Parts: sequence; C-alpha cells; structure tokens
Amino acid sequence: MTAPATVDTGYEVVIGLEVHAQLLTRSKMFCSCSAAYTTAPPNSNTCPVCLGLPGALPVINRQAVEMTVRTALALNCEIPPFTKFDRKNYFYPDLPKGYQISQYDLPLSQDGHLEFDVDGVRTRCGVTRVHLEEDTGTMHHAGDVLQEATSSLVDLNRCGVPLMEIVGEPDLRSADAAREYLVRLRQILVYIGVNDGNLEEGSLRCDANVSLRVRGATELGTKVEVKNMNSFRAVHHAITFEIERQARVLDDGGALVQETRGWVEARGATVSQRSKEMAHDYRYFPEPDLPPLQLGRDLVESIRAAIPELPEARAARFSSQYGLSAYDAAVLTGVRAEADTYEALVDAGVSAKVAANWQMGDVAALANEHHVALADSGLGVGGLAALLALVESGAINGSTAKELLSELYIVGGDPAALVTERGLGQVGDAAQLAAVVAEVIEANPKACADFRGGREAALQSLVGQVMKATRGRADARMVTTLLRERLSG
Amino acid sequence: MSSAGLTAAAMAAALRRGEVTPQELLADARAQVSRLDSSLNAFLALTDDLADRQAERATEMLRDDRLGAGPLCGIPVALKDVLCVEGYPTTAGSRILENFRPPYTATAVQRLIDAGAVPVGKTNCDEFAMGSSTENSAYGTVGNPWDVERVPGGSSGGSAAAVGAGMVPISYGTDTGGSIRQPASLCGVVGFKPTYGRVSRYGLIAFASSLDQVGPFAHSVEDAAVAYAVVAGNDPRDSTSVIDAVEDPLSALRDGVRGMRLGVPREYMGDGLEAGVRERVTEAIRVLEELGATVEEVSLPSTELGLSTYYIIAPAECSSNLARYDGVRFGMRVERPSLTETYLRTRDQGFGNEVKRRVMLGTYALSSGYYDAYYRRAQKVRTVIAREFDAVFETVDALVCPTSPKVAFTTGAIQDPVEMYLNDALTIPVNLAGLPGISLPCGFSDELPVGLQVIAPRLQDARVFRVAAAYEAATEWHRHRAPLVAA
Amino acid sequence: MPLDPEEVAHVALLARLGLDGEERRRMGADLDRILDHVSALQRADISDVPETAQVGALVNVWREDVPAGSLSQEQALANAPDTDGEYFKVGAIQE
Repeated sequence: MTAPATVDTGYEVVIGLEVHAQLLTRSKMFCSCSAAYTTAPPNSNTCPVCLGLPGALPVINRQAVEMTVRTALALNCEIPPFTKFDRKNYFYPDLPKGYQISQYDLPLSQDGHLEFDVDGVRTRCGVTRVHLEEDTGTMHHAGDVLQEATSSLVDLNRCGVPLMEIVGEPDLRSADAAREYLVRLRQILVYIGVNDGNLEEGSLRCDANVSLRVRGATELGTKVEVKNMNSFRAVHHAITFEIERQARVLDDGGALVQETRGWVEARGATVSQRSKEMAHDYRYFPEPDLPPLQLGRDLVESIRAAIPELPEARAARFSSQYGLSAYDAAVLTGVRAEADTYEALVDAGVSAKVAANWQMGDVAALANEHHVALADSGLGVGGLAALLALVESGAINGSTAKELLSELYIVGGDPAALVTERGLGQVGDAAQLAAVVAEVIEANPKACADFRGGREAALQSLVGQVMKATRGRADARMVTTLLRERLSG
Repeated sequence: MSSAGLTAAAMAAALRRGEVTPQELLADARAQVSRLDSSLNAFLALTDDLADRQAERATEMLRDDRLGAGPLCGIPVALKDVLCVEGYPTTAGSRILENFRPPYTATAVQRLIDAGAVPVGKTNCDEFAMGSSTENSAYGTVGNPWDVERVPGGSSGGSAAAVGAGMVPISYGTDTGGSIRQPASLCGVVGFKPTYGRVSRYGLIAFASSLDQVGPFAHSVEDAAVAYAVVAGNDPRDSTSVIDAVEDPLSALRDGVRGMRLGVPREYMGDGLEAGVRERVTEAIRVLEELGATVEEVSLPSTELGLSTYYIIAPAECSSNLARYDGVRFGMRVERPSLTETYLRTRDQGFGNEVKRRVMLGTYALSSGYYDAYYRRAQKVRTVIAREFDAVFETVDALVCPTSPKVAFTTGAIQDPVEMYLNDALTIPVNLAGLPGISLPCGFSDELPVGLQVIAPRLQDARVFRVAAAYEAATEWHRHRAPLVAA
Repeated sequence: MPLDPEEVAHVALLARLGLDGEERRRMGADLDRILDHVSALQRADISDVPETAQVGALVNVWREDVPAGSLSQEQALANAPDTDGEYFKVGAIQE
C-alpha cells in the first residue's frame, strides 16, 4: 500500500504533534516496581504506590528526571531553575489515584526546537515543552468496541512507568512534515537512549492536532485532535485523511467541531470519539507529596556533556571526515549502534569506503537475514575488520571474502587462520598464474582469435576460465594483464 | 492491681524491675477496653494477634540486653484507624473502607513494632480525619472519658479517649488542623503535633497532605516526648519527610523555663474563648512566669484568616486525595450499569456528609474559574500566616495559649459546619505554618478538662517539650484521671 | 454569591458524588455558608506574596533508579470488589 498523494486543498494546514515517550528507566516513576512491565502477568508488577492504595506516597526517580533533561537539551530546550509536579485530576479505572502526577505551569523544560528536511527543504518545528509524568494502567474491553463492551478489565502493571510528554508547536504544514518530524524525533530519542521508539507497542505515542485555515489567515482554524496512530504510516495516512475531511467540510460551507477523533486503520478513516463527553476540568494543583526540583547549572551541564553526538551532526562529520556521500552518511548514522560499528571498523584500520560498502551491503543483508546485528554476531566488529584487512592487503579477493563472511557471521572464527587452513589465499604469484594463463590460451584458440580480431568481450571469457581453473582465488587484475601481454605479444 | 491509668514511664520501670510482664500490661489494657468501650466506642478493631506477638517479642527484648529494649518496649499502644497495619482492617472511620486490609504497614507503626511496643487496636476517628468531635465516624460516636455524653473532640477522638480512659498509656493520632491537640485538650491528656515532616506519613491515609502529621497522646509530657521520639525521623518513602536528624526531645525536659521568652498571641485570647478556658490558661501562663519565664503579649494579626485559609487548602487537597476511593481496587462498590453511575453511587453511599462537603468545597476551589480566587489566594495567605509566626519568633522563644476555645461539648450539640470548624481556630494556624505544638492539661472548667497549647518554631520540637514539662512539673493537673478509669 | 443548583450539580459530577435532589440542595446551602465565611480571604492583602504549597525548604528529594519487589497478583487483587482472578473488573465504560 502506497501513501496517498497529498492533495492541495487550497487551505493552509496547521499541525502540532504531542508525543508521549516511555523512559527506559529500570524502575517506575514514583515507586520501585520494575519499569519492564510487558511480560509480567496482569497486576503482578504493582505495589501500594502504583496501585494508589490509601497512605502510599510517591518518590521521584532521579534517572527519569535526568533522561527528561537529556531529551530536552537534545531538543534545544531551556531548563528553568525551578520545576515542580502537579496533580491532574480525573476519574478513570486505569488511573488508580484519581489523579495523574504530571507537570502543569512549571515544566522541566521549554522553548526548544527540532530541525529536519522535508523533500530537501530545511524545516524547523518549535518544541513548546518537554515534561515528565506517569503512565496509566491498561484496559481490556470485553468485545471489540469500547462503547459496546459490557465490562472492562484493568491491568495496572504499566501504571507509573515514567512518561515524557513532548509538546510540539503547531509549526507543521503537511502530513509529510509531520511524519518527518516524528521520524527525526524518534531517531533522537532512541539515539540518546531514553526510549525504544516502538510506535506499534505504544512505548512511543503520537497525537496530532490538525486544523485548516484559508491561506493568508492569521487565526487558527478549529482544531481536531487525532489519536490512535500506531506507526509512521498511520500518522501520515490519518493526517492526510483528516486534512481532506476538514477541507470537504469547509468547502461545503460547513463548520468543524472541536473534537477528538481516533484513527481506525481498518477503515482508513478517523472516527469521532465523542461519547457523551463530560466536561473536562483537570483541577491542576501542586503535588503536595513531592517537594519541587531545583536543577542546578552543574547538574544540567553534566547531563548536556553526556549527550552523544546526534545523528545529523554525526552524518555531517562522516561526510567530511570519511569522504562519504550524504546518503551513505545518513544511512550509517541513522542508528547509533550502526554508526558506532562503522567508526569501530575505521578505527580498526579498514578504509572508510570499504567499511561503508561492506557494512551497508553484505553485512546489512546478513543482519537482516539472521536478525542479528554485526556487533552481536559471532564474527563481531573485530572479526569483520580482520576479514576486510585481508581484502585490502590483497591476501584474499572479494568473492572469497563474501563467502567467508556469510560462513563466519553466525559461527565466528579467525578469518586469517581459515584462509591459511583452507588455502583460500589469493593466487598473485606471476609465475604460477603465467602457467595457468598459458594453459587457458592453449585450450581456447577461438576466443584468443576473437580477441586478436578486436573483440574485447572475448578477453572476459578467458579471464573467467583462469578464475575457474584457480577456484576463484586468482588476482583478477593480474590475470587480465597477463592475458593482454600474451595475446598481443 | 490494674496498671490502667499509669504512665508509660511507670509501666516501663515496672517491666524493668520485673514486677509486671508485657502480657500482664496487655491483659490490663484489654480488661479496661472491655469494661469501658461499650460506652466510649474508642476502638474500631482490636489487633489481638499482633498484640500477642508483640508482647512475646517485648518479653524477649527485655530479657536480652543486647536486643536494646527502648522505653516503649512492652507498652500497650493504640493507633488511630488512619494508620495502615498490614493485614488488619484499616477504615479511616469510613464506610467506603469497611473491609479494607492494607497489604503494607505504615512507617510510624513499623517503628513502634520494631521498638517492641504492643499495638492493642485501631481507634475510632472522624471519617478520613475530618472533624472536631469524632461524630463524623461511620462507626458511631465516641464518649469523652470525663463525661460520656460529651464528645472527646476530634478527629483523633478515639485515641484521645483511649488514653484518657486508661485503656492504653500511649496512643497515636494525626493532626491536620488540630486533630491531636484539640481532643487532647477535651480529654485531659497530653497531645503533641510534631513539626510537619518529622514523622513519616507513609501508610497514613491522607486527608490533606501538606498539613497531616502523626503524633502521640499520653498522660505526661515525658511520655509524649518518648512516644514521639520512637516514631520520628526521616523516611525515604515520604519525600516531605525532614532530613535533618531529630533533636532528642528528652534532652531539654528538665531545663525549665527560667530566662525563656514566652509570647501570648493577643488574637488567641479573644472573644471566642469560654470564660473557664480563659481563666485556666491565664493561670497557667502565670505559673510559667513564676517559673522564671518572661511573658509578653504578641500579635499574629492574620490568625482570623487561618480558618478560611485552612478550609480552602485542606478540602482542595482532600478532594484529590479521596479520588482513589472509586470502588475499583479496594473498598466498597455500589454496582450500576455504567461506570460513571457506579462511581457516583459508590462515593455517595461510601462517604459521609462532612467528607462530601469538603470534597465538594475542594473540588469547587480548584475548578476552572475559581482557582485564583480561592486556592491560589489561600496559598498566599498561608505564606502571610507563616511569616507572622516567623516574625513573632524573632522576639519570643515559644508561644503559650489555649488549645481549644471551649471544653468538651455535648454530643449532637453543634450542627452548623462553620460553628464546628471554629473549634479548631486556635490550632489550625500551627498546621498551616508546619510548626510543632502541644496541648497539656491545665485545669478544669465545670469539671471538664482545659488544655494549654505551647507552640515553637519549626524543628524546635524539643523546645515545646521543655516548656510543657516545666509547667507540668510545677502543677498536678496531669495526675488527674477521669473517674471512670478506676471505677 | 450563592451557588446555583447547576453549579452544585457540576461540581458534584466533577467529584463523582451522586447527590440526590434533597442532598444537593442542602449541600448547596452548606457550601454557601462556608464560602461566605472564607470570603474573608478576599480582603487579605496578598500583593507580592508568594504561594506556599508546602512548608519547609526541601528540594530535589529523589531516589536512585533501582527496582525492588512488587506485590504478588494475589495481594494486589485481594481488596478488590470484583476481579476475574487476574484483572480488576469494572462495568461498562459506556457513558
């Protein structure tokens, strides 16, 4: 299924994304239950605090605060000297305390931005704030549709997992831009080790506020919040659908309703989630159970200093330092572990070009096939470096290296030892090759005549014969030179 | 002879002399409870297994010096039913928690258990600690040991009555706006509210988080100081818990008040006081003066605003703290076809009138459009009130004043909520500022006890005990027991 | 300014308190009485006064990110009015 083409509706599209990201801490936000909740039996990963039992009190997870600050700094946010937690009050069975500990008027960070390319055009989207809160539990409804379920089941294992909310400014002007923003944001979150980037499983969640206005208008149109988008594709499709839906309503002279709509993948449509909606009034007030935070400059700067080089900057450096194309640099830096692998190969003495070609080519294919990254494979980064060193020194040729690579990828082993043991070393001895070349010329008079008659292609078949006779180990360049000498002599 | 009515210090001395065993003290406590509680209703539940186990443990501890038995080892204690004890019913005086048995124990209770104290049972209280008379309990009213037709005060009325009736020498309550000091005053016992954050709130069922504090009831200032010391100290499970080490409350107990500067806040001696209360407190202040303290009148001009401030902040916090009682994970549920209806009916039937009133008030004060006018404004006035205390403590070491404007009143006599709230007018400002305060007996008015309140700056809990102990040593009021104790 | 019945109903719904008609009327009257008393706050001079949400000067009270034990499923569900043995069970969410 291809993405639907973006239709020019004649309206200006205004999109802002709200992204929720579970933090990769070991324990929950306000209690010591494990944050790795997914494999636990229902309601077995809870304690008095995250169950909201009477008398239980929250205690802030310092690592969650630091990860949020790390994220905020990576998104160019300011970290105010004073921040606090607030209670957001509402009733729902997945919210045990009847309030979510969140942040209201004094968040951990604010006023950042994120830059990315949309069809080659540099685009910038403001980041209003990054704040910290706690995740809710999960609900399972008997029957498929919430509205028709007769009962619901509540699992509180997820409840209290640290959740970071990244609120984007309404600076995005197309579904493409929204997708690219999310792609770039996800890449950064994963890069800096705060989130696993899994939209499908909901450890990363995205809601979109979409509105249209007549081109040139300064006031924003009626805003619709779109939820339930569990992939980049869904984000793109849902926003595209919503833009077209709103445009049709406006074209028909209708008025839009400010509402929440859910993306229903199976129907390829957003559907209004208005039940008999209760008036929301979250009655935020300062969380009296938690003293405020004052993050000193020293702490903030130490967190900043520990932020790894971000993908865009790293790609630029790869281009200039290693002479890679922009495309190759982007591919190699897209995932932090891949970029680290690449630099490890280069550090081990593999030339920049060779390392890039192998890593993006055969190694990537094998990693895909076996679902094992190079670093975790039997060969490992060191093994690959050793193998490529043999290629670069001329000890083996490329095709031998490929065969060895697929053999050693999972089981591992010392490439040099294997080459010696199996006699796979490249035949580069002139006298040895000269004898084989003589035999091939002797055995193929027709091809030799063709070449002498001016048919270049005939030479290739003769090279092939020599390679065959040496079981692929001959140095192909030397074979070509020898053949030319003999046939033109 | 029964040990009923003895101080914990006297019991501890007898234990160490081998004249009595923890089991015998426990048996005496149980006998007193069974003799008197049908008329007092101070206890909601007895923690018999736990008490037996602890008596056993205390016996071990007392036998073996290496186990470091402290002053509460083997001493029967009672716990207000807002403190969680693993496996035992904990109701907070509410219908909504009728069958709740927490799977964990409050830090303060755990410290008592570790010290070898013997928890006899859970005491009655106003529902979720909201009240000044213990008439708001879902499980019946509590009688005042001095006159069972009268209220014991509240909200920790059961704990105050249990000590006042000689059932236990030490009990624990909570004080959010006066809920330890006021019932102590009305029941003729000592009641101490520590500096906010001195005693862990972990496992204390919250009413108003920024005001709640656990503290003891006792027959003497020394007992109260000991009972406080056992439960005080930082708890990593309570983020609002004070980190600095606790000053030994016994260290200054015999230092007297000579040379101390004591202030009497003019606003605390105003028109709202009953004549008998004014007379006893004035006499008490004169005693302190005779003991060598200099006494001067001071002013806390915003005292009058304390009640209003409190009746916005406490309900606001409680409206949120009580949102967890939704019938999903614990407590009562009134099943209805839809979830919202279930919430509405569960909370309507599970909560009593005063709780509903405060939840409504707090919800209103926090709601959109009213936050600035009520909640934010109250928070600012709270600052003003705290600053006035700070200013006064520049010139005096401690404040002395009445605890309650009146003595124990007849059960059912006060129906108007605001009139009821006025009972706490002299205790609430202390909570708003997070200060330590004590109430101790200073005589009688119409044969009903009157309490003297001593207030000190934050973290100066030891100074409160020092002033109170000096007064107590010079008077005999603390030796008076309600007639029913010995009957 | 007295609360009108609709306001009382709105606050009751926010607080999920299903007050019936008579109770709602009485509640409205009580709230009026209390709000009248606390209106004293409106006269206080609070210009340039900061808010006090908590007493004491604690900041940065946190714990290290170390997981510890949880309750068992049985303990977690023990007090619940309704479960299916693994989950807390609630009625239809439908409004």
